Amino acid sequence: MTALTDLNKEQMNIVFVGHVDHGKSTVIGRLLADTNSLPKGKMEQIRERCQKEGKPFEYAFLIDALKDEQAQSITIDSARVFFQSEQRSYIIIDAPGHIEFIKNMVTGASHAEAAVLVIDADEGVQENSRRHGYLLWMLGIKKIVVVVNKMDLVNYSQEVFDKIQTEYSAYLAGIGVKPLFYIPVSGREGDNVVFPSKSTSWYEGLSTLQALDSFTKEPPLTNQPLRLPIQDVYKFSTYGDSRRIIAGTISSGSLNQDEELIVYPSGKRTTLASIESFNTPKQETAIAGQSTGFTMRDQIYTHRGEVVCKVGEATPAVSTRMRVSLFWLGKQPLTTKKTFYLKLGTAKERAQIETIHNIIDASDYGSVNGKTEINHHDVAEVTFKLAHPIAFDTSDKLPDTSRFVIVDEYEIRGGGIVIEALPDEESQLREDIFLRNQKWIRSTVNSEQRAERYNQKSSLVIVTGPKGVGRKRLASMLEQHLFDSGKLAYYMGIGSLLYGVNADLKRNQTPGDWRENIRRFAEVAHLFLDAGMIMIVTAVELTQADLNIIKAVIGEEKIETIWLGEDLTTDITYDLIFHHYEPLEEATVSIKRLLQDHGVIFKV
Amino acid sequence: MGHLDELESRSVHILREAYANFKNLGMLWSMGKDSTVLLWLARKAFFGHVPFPLVHIDTHFKIPEMIQYRDELVREMRLTMVVGSNFEALEQKNTFPDGAVDRLTCCGLLKTQALTQTLNGKGKRLRYNHDTHTYEEEINPQAFTGVIVGARADEEGSRSKERYFSARDRQNEWNIADQPPEFWNQYKTDFAPGTNVRIHPLLDWTELNIWEYIKRENIPTVSLYYNQGNGRRYRSLGCYPCTVPVESEAANVDEIIAELKVGKFANIAERSGRAQDKEDGGGLEALRREGYM
Repeated sequence: MTALTDLNKEQMNIVFVGHVDHGKSTVIGRLLADTNSLPKGKMEQIRERCQKEGKPFEYAFLIDALKDEQAQSITIDSARVFFQSEQRSYIIIDAPGHIEFIKNMVTGASHAEAAVLVIDADEGVQENSRRHGYLLWMLGIKKIVVVVNKMDLVNYSQEVFDKIQTEYSAYLAGIGVKPLFYIPVSGREGDNVVFPSKSTSWYEGLSTLQALDSFTKEPPLTNQPLRLPIQDVYKFSTYGDSRRIIAGTISSGSLNQDEELIVYPSGKRTTLASIESFNTPKQETAIAGQSTGFTMRDQIYTHRGEVVCKVGEATPAVSTRMRVSLFWLGKQPLTTKKTFYLKLGTAKERAQIETIHNIIDASDYGSVNGKTEINHHDVAEVTFKLAHPIAFDTSDKLPDTSRFVIVDEYEIRGGGIVIEALPDEESQLREDIFLRNQKWIRSTVNSEQRAERYNQKSSLVIVTGPKGVGRKRLASMLEQHLFDSGKLAYYMGIGSLLYGVNADLKRNQTPGDWRENIRRFAEVAHLFLDAGMIMIVTAVELTQADLNIIKAVIGEEKIETIWLGEDLTTDITYDLIFHHYEPLEEATVSIKRLLQDHGVIFKV
Repeated sequence: MGHLDELESRSVHILREAYANFKNLGMLWSMGKDSTVLLWLARKAFFGHVPFPLVHIDTHFKIPEMIQYRDELVREMRLTMVVGSNFEALEQKNTFPDGAVDRLTCCGLLKTQALTQTLNGKGKRLRYNHDTHTYEEEINPQAFTGVIVGARADEEGSRSKERYFSARDRQNEWNIADQPPEFWNQYKTDFAPGTNVRIHPLLDWTELNIWEYIKRENIPTVSLYYNQGNGRRYRSLGCYPCTVPVESEAANVDEIIAELKVGKFANIAERSGRAQDKEDGGGLEALRREGYM
């Protein structure tokens, strides 16, 4: 019986793909039968039933029969059929039946390590032969066996086989795929499925099973750079647990005690204090594939969506722009007008298509047409533009952190891989900040100690809005109020910098200066915050782009944005808004409450 | 990493995804070996904590040892425990075999309907009070938007078609033919308001894996699984009118593993002692479409 595979044997997940009626079920049936992987008496039972019903026996019936058994609650799983060779156990994920649905094929294939792609010798290369070949490439499956089935129908003709191999190889080469094997097969007659065939004397290669057995399992990615997409930051304070644990699954590399870590996209640095686990001896190390968690020496602010990397190893890309290859499963077309969510690792960001480079036709995948929208089952190369930067890799470097799915109206409607990281307007700034963080001489007094001494957390309060609504008065009042209650607060108008730090910019006004003004202001604020102060700043009508620069320099968690003015005249996102008819005293109290809610100052 | 480590890692990953994405999350705990392994995996995922309530659908026909074991673990692990029942059906005696209905109807009322009412917050729910050590009626029970369930793909046909994250609509129904794609380790964690989601972290585990993990982790299990000297034990736990023990000498975890690997159960389905599975061919799939676990 196949239900309980031998656990001591190596296991490999494989998937069968190919055009409808090209004989996937027959080849699988043959594999099961010729490897003795069927329940006792199953073959005889099916033969008998066929005889009774007056139809010829077919190996494809075996799959259906296994499903019937399942309905009678015997432990064979139709979605996961097993067969064994001397070498290992194979699990066929999502065996035929519902495989005709592309999304099921993709679901199954994305968990497979190797694939058997079946092409009918008589019918030749068809639409789904091409589509599935393309999808295998995109899903990152490199161990591909192309089985040219039904060779008995073409008299085992080498000519037919060669023609299909030539045609299909040329197509796959165009998308950068090189199958490891082409095998002439008859599922019905059993040629070259498990046993080498006498009917194909011109073929000297391996049988399908031998080809599968020749694959070696992919080694874990432990020797690659560390990538740990953060799933969550836990602080379960119940029963006196004070650990703050960064949790996630290591997609590549390893994590070790006392290592210097860097978290992207923020670029913050810390040191690993301890690897945490439940009901195990103390762990000194964790490796690729493990779900793990760790505590940090310096409590940096980080969150789900960021990626933990190691100082000194290859860094991921950080950007809002990337060139990708994607497949689209949505019934409605994907256009440049649509806004959707991109999920990559644990990051989830709003995104849009900036440019459609090309759309490969669903029915033949060879030609590129002039379409401007991506239709159901199309494959396309596009550039994405995200609302906020994320950390990622390209598919030639690391598999997990270069794969994404597209979520549209709550549904996963597409997926793909990142081909190239593209720069955005903040690229230079980000690099400068990463370098700054690297070179920064860290004080022995850490931010928690300062927070404890000053009884406040450092923070930047930005008061912005149109001219003449009382921004400066509000900021002054807030400064006075905080000062009077014993806080370290400092108010500075952004304009004050113009004649000091930014005097050179003021002197030779050139385009792009505004961004540099903002950047310098943010660096100044960063110093004040690093020293533990609450800084209040006023500026006229800041935009979201301005705020993004400040966030990149300081860290988003330390900023409170207040809009003062009747109407919101820019695209900025704010924490509080005041329409100027409110008395400023009341606004001051509201801001104080906001600071309390965000844990900057404490409630008395 | 060994096979059990891989299974554990994937399950932990899924549990953390669930916790990160659902506000009102709960986990079904039947006190059986599968959902107890699930409870253990939650403690793995959350470093000793179980940061959401456990939910038990009490049919009031459970074998008494199960309830005793439940409350012992609740106290020991300081679990948040919520219990729901179909009190109406119980009062009206719409039960099997003592009442007027057949097995499947009984399952439908005491399990499926009780579950629906418990999860949507419309039915009466009890919650364990760790100070008074009693169950008290919950005031203003909230609907669960995500429910973690210990179903395994190898249990029986309909479960093998499940996804790790599986949506049920307002009527708690499951559309098997049109399920969302689930690729790499990206799951469908976005849901329209009004849908609730079943999360299946144990989908890839087999019965043997479960026992090997129980052994490795030394997980406390209910005594009914072991032969106490009368040559009988339960292989699968349920309600006493519909669950029969199997003939077996296995008195501890090691002996159960040996029995599954090479012994008498190597080729026999786990749920063969569950009568409701056999009542009609597609019985369980029909029940599951309506929300049965």
